[in-house]
Amino acid sequence: MTSKRPGLMDLTEHLFELDIYRSRGGYHAAQKALGMSPDAVLAEVRDAHLRGRGGAGFPAGVKWGFISRDGEKPVYLCINADEGEPGTFKDRWLMTHNPHLVLEGILITAYAVGARDGFIYVRGEYEAAAQRLERAIDEAQAAGFLGEEIFGTGFSLKVIVHRGAGGYVCGEETALLESIEGKRGDPRLKPPFPASAGLFRCPTVINNVETVSNVPLILRDGAEAFRKLGRPGDRGTRLFSVSGAVMKPGIYEVPVGIPLKDLIFNLAGGLPPGRTLKAVIPGGLSAPILLAEELDLPLDCDSLCRAGSMIGSGGVIVINDGTSMVDTLGIMTRFYAHESCGQCAPCRIGTSWLHKTVLRLLSGEVDRGDLAEIARVASAIKGRTLCPLGDAAALAILALITKFRTEFESYIEECQARNRTW
Amino acid sequence: MSQGFAPWVLDEVRAIAARYPRREAALLPVLRLLQRISGALGRAEEEMAAELLGLEPVRVREAVTFYSLFRQKPAGRHLIRVCVNLSCSMAGAERSLTSLQAKLGIGPGETTPDGTFTLFTVECLGNCDQAPCLMVDDDDYGRVREDEFDRILGRYS
Repeated sequence: MTSKRPGLMDLTEHLFELDIYRSRGGYHAAQKALGMSPDAVLAEVRDAHLRGRGGAGFPAGVKWGFISRDGEKPVYLCINADEGEPGTFKDRWLMTHNPHLVLEGILITAYAVGARDGFIYVRGEYEAAAQRLERAIDEAQAAGFLGEEIFGTGFSLKVIVHRGAGGYVCGEETALLESIEGKRGDPRLKPPFPASAGLFRCPTVINNVETVSNVPLILRDGAEAFRKLGRPGDRGTRLFSVSGAVMKPGIYEVPVGIPLKDLIFNLAGGLPPGRTLKAVIPGGLSAPILLAEELDLPLDCDSLCRAGSMIGSGGVIVINDGTSMVDTLGIMTRFYAHESCGQCAPCRIGTSWLHKTVLRLLSGEVDRGDLAEIARVASAIKGRTLCPLGDAAALAILALITKFRTEFESYIEECQARNRTW
Repeated sequence: MSQGFAPWVLDEVRAIAARYPRREAALLPVLRLLQRISGALGRAEEEMAAELLGLEPVRVREAVTFYSLFRQKPAGRHLIRVCVNLSCSMAGAERSLTSLQAKLGIGPGETTPDGTFTLFTVECLGNCDQAPCLMVDDDDYGRVREDEFDRILGRYS
């Protein structure tokens, strides 16, 4: 009967209102959790094998386990709702349509790790989502689900919606902490890791919106039931944001591990008539691109990692045969050059250099050595930056020019032939 | 300096600061508020935020210049943000941008002579199933077609 109970994507109308959410069983899981010991809650989530849904895919329960609850410093919980990875829009949906699920997840998570203050870092452009969250917080507070002595226990929690102000890099967890502290979003050197020195140098857990939204479902059904879906070590369902060349772009909740082709062709309706699939970016713009012949891949963290890509934020961008990969490369290099924070020279200089090279390529002023030059500069960024932005740029660009090498080579040859006739 | 700002603005800034465990953490929400009120974050806004939050003015300047939604000079009354990232680009964002530029007579980063609109291109608004998408102020528009621009812009002019 478990499958009949609401998942992440409950489409009940007005679910964002507390009464409706409660009529769907809302806040029962939190009440149950607060009647357990924090260690028992943590063990339940750890045993559920829930992986982070923001990008890195780290096991959530293991991350919580790094926190020392008994230290002198307060513990903070930060929710990453920056959702800046191009092609991703599922957290916007959760916050707008199911904000109490997000809050219930925050409540249980905060209880498990001993945090009394929670921050939801919502990207600056998400006005409607932030307003829904603010309203849900007020409702939950009035009903005693947030604030002092929740459910008559000694546990108290205050949740603040903290708005970003534009900057992709702020989705990187340590940049996000700097941004909550009122600073530039410059990623920090790790270690120390946020679990020991995070927000205000206190122990901090940072979880994605969708990750914490799974927590009430785990407490409601139990870890064993949660593990029935998904793949070993990577359980439950995931929200995939599907965009680009499909008939039905949108958000789809599916068990972890379904084949990529089922998502694209069965759920998202396949490509428009007359179009064929050229490539898929499976986890947001930063996930290395996959070829049409790689569509049998199961959508889970480890399978995509083994295929040299990543599940990332679950932003699936479908590309058809009418799209030029030279243009696509230009969009990538522009994006990373614009979003590099500038702290690390390889990323700051490398991404701009790459974009200038690609702009020249796009203008038709090509050189035979251009592809090798792009590969050389991208490789020089890889592994030499503080945060994953540099690696993301390098790996996404390298995959694109490697897998579509012939397209780039013929583009260069065509330009050269045209240039010679003038 | 905090002179030159209405008392309610100062109260609001202090109220935001009081919500945070440390008042310097209130810098981003305070700057958002001041930009909404003043239209831009000039010297007066920077100094006021620094004074009330107990920060060095340079710390405020760093934040103002880092985040793309903050601006030091006033923009038009309405901001149009056109997404040009991959999903929107594949759905024809460049074409709609060109048409929008022609209609407004301005390029990205520019303001119409009457001060009504400022046009920006942006990297992903998180609305990719609605590609091509844009925002006017805080309003989202998805699957926009060129023949809809007059109707959309008409709501703001």
